[in-house]
Amino acid sequence: MSDDLQDLYQEVILDHNKRPRNRGRLDHATCDAEGYNPLCGDHVHVYLQVEDGRVTDIRFEGSGCAISTASASMMTESVKGKTLEEAKELFRSFHAFVTRDKVETDLGNGLGKLEVFSGVCQYPARVKCATLAWHTVQAALENRTDNVSTE
Amino acid sequence: MSTIVTAMESTRDHTASAGYDVQRIRADFPILSRRVNGKPLVYLDNAATTQKPLAVMDAISRYYRQDNANIHRGVHELSVRATEAYEAARTRVQQFLGAARPEEIVFVRGATEGINLVAQSYGRPRLQQGDEVLITTMEHHSNIVPWQMVCEQTGARLRVVPISDAGEIDLDEYAALLGPRTRIVAVTHVSNALGTMNPVWAMIDLAHRQGAVVLVDGAQAVAHVSVDVAKLDCDFYVFSGHKIYGPTGVGVLYGRKELLDAMPPYQGGGDMIRSVSFEKTTYGDVPYKFEAGTPNISGGIGLAAALEYVQRIGLEAIAAWEHDLLAYATAALTAMPQVRIFGTAREKASVLSFVVEGVHPHDVGTILDREGIAVRAGHHCAQPVMQRFGVPATARASFGLYNTREEVDALVAAVRRVIEVFN
Ligand SMILES: Cc1ncc(COP(=O)(O)O)c(C=O)c1O
Repeated sequence: MSDDLQDLYQEVILDHNKRPRNRGRLDHATCDAEGYNPLCGDHVHVYLQVEDGRVTDIRFEGSGCAISTASASMMTESVKGKTLEEAKELFRSFHAFVTRDKVETDLGNGLGKLEVFSGVCQYPARVKCATLAWHTVQAALENRTDNVSTE
Repeated sequence: MSTIVTAMESTRDHTASAGYDVQRIRADFPILSRRVNGKPLVYLDNAATTQKPLAVMDAISRYYRQDNANIHRGVHELSVRATEAYEAARTRVQQFLGAARPEEIVFVRGATEGINLVAQSYGRPRLQQGDEVLITTMEHHSNIVPWQMVCEQTGARLRVVPISDAGEIDLDEYAALLGPRTRIVAVTHVSNALGTMNPVWAMIDLAHRQGAVVLVDGAQAVAHVSVDVAKLDCDFYVFSGHKIYGPTGVGVLYGRKELLDAMPPYQGGGDMIRSVSFEKTTYGDVPYKFEAGTPNISGGIGLAAALEYVQRIGLEAIAAWEHDLLAYATAALTAMPQVRIFGTAREKASVLSFVVEGVHPHDVGTILDREGIAVRAGHHCAQPVMQRFGVPATARASFGLYNTREEVDALVAAVRRVIEVFN
């Protein structure tokens, strides 16, 4: 495998693609949202259970490429147990990380395992694949806030 | 499946296309010598758009350097020259398609606009509640949505011919769907997602017996098979310049003169009128009444150069060459147990759609791209085809007149790499 291909398809990504974590529906979800990338047909449905401002459980369903499947899988692992504020912050740093200009290198700090997506920024056509699940979880959490405020 | 047959065909055609000087042809396309991601470009996305030969770029450049002016409206020398070049382009298209007269050639932006024009100018005034428009499962979205729109506007019903597992239309099923209420049949000549070449002559004949008119979408056909609209006896035929080595933004609608004459204009504006007053405007004759506004003059001129280029090589020779490539590639990919090919019709052109087991087509596309190989990965604007075969997307290699067996070898090696990466 050529080097930058290896950067993109790191072992961890291939592993999450093959055996996605937290896959499936969540009965009793308190909020959920669907994300769709019309350009490539990737589709993801994220379900969350939020209690006292904290994500206590999260799952996803959907079909997509290795990058989008692995990203959804790892997103669920990273978001589980986080407060809503922490989850939003994580989304912001992840987004900045995969859309960064190659020269900046220090942005990944604090992302931990998610740094395996560092190769994505070299593939502009694939950034959307990496961020789809994150945009979707954002949407789900924002809906929830709406629901809460109308209750 | 038919591995052995394909391999035999491949040998036969390889000898048949001896004498085809592909290296000389490649030299006409400057972009083919560039590198992508450090590798020589292997351009196998010809169904999306083709590369342009120098002859086309030179014709456009010459026009802008020497003759640029607006057409049909100036007495001055340049306007006369521009008008002549544009009308000569129309005649070139007429001859290319075997149309009876140049007025039957309407310049449009592309196949999409041609279909919309027919849906709105032919379909909308005629279709009534209960009438039927018949299309097929393998249409490109641009030959589905305009018909859905006009059906919604008129209360007509859209009906769809199914396709087999091989990606073929069964003529009996087609005939059964044709009825006295069928007003329009719209069918692709060659499928962009499957490569199927449809028996359009038989479909046209059957439709005419029911009194329906037929639009053939030739977007994927004209670069690969010689078309004669008179022999086909079709009513409308559309194609896009950019898929036959010409520029983007220009395309062709062929329409039978009686039909075009009877249709109202599609858009209003300059160039399409005979006289205008606030009380009454009379429209110009065909084709001008469908060509409102300043057209894509350089595009028409570039398209004519592209058609001339293709005709000089000869569509028979091109078809034989590409058929060999397709058979060679099909045999190689069929031999890989992890690869599934979509579209195994007996008559095919140019297109090889496939998936690698357990690997999403986007990942295939990215890995191929790293090897300098350009293919399309996605639904190919033919989502009903994807639904029919139960996949979200496929990878698609599509061949043009400049591709080679070595490039097919590169494709096959890269697909092997995909399998390695995802083992
Ligand atoms: C079969 C078919 N019809 C129509 C079109 C639309 O062509 P254009 O986008 O040039 O109008 C395409 C383009 O992909 C096609 O493949």
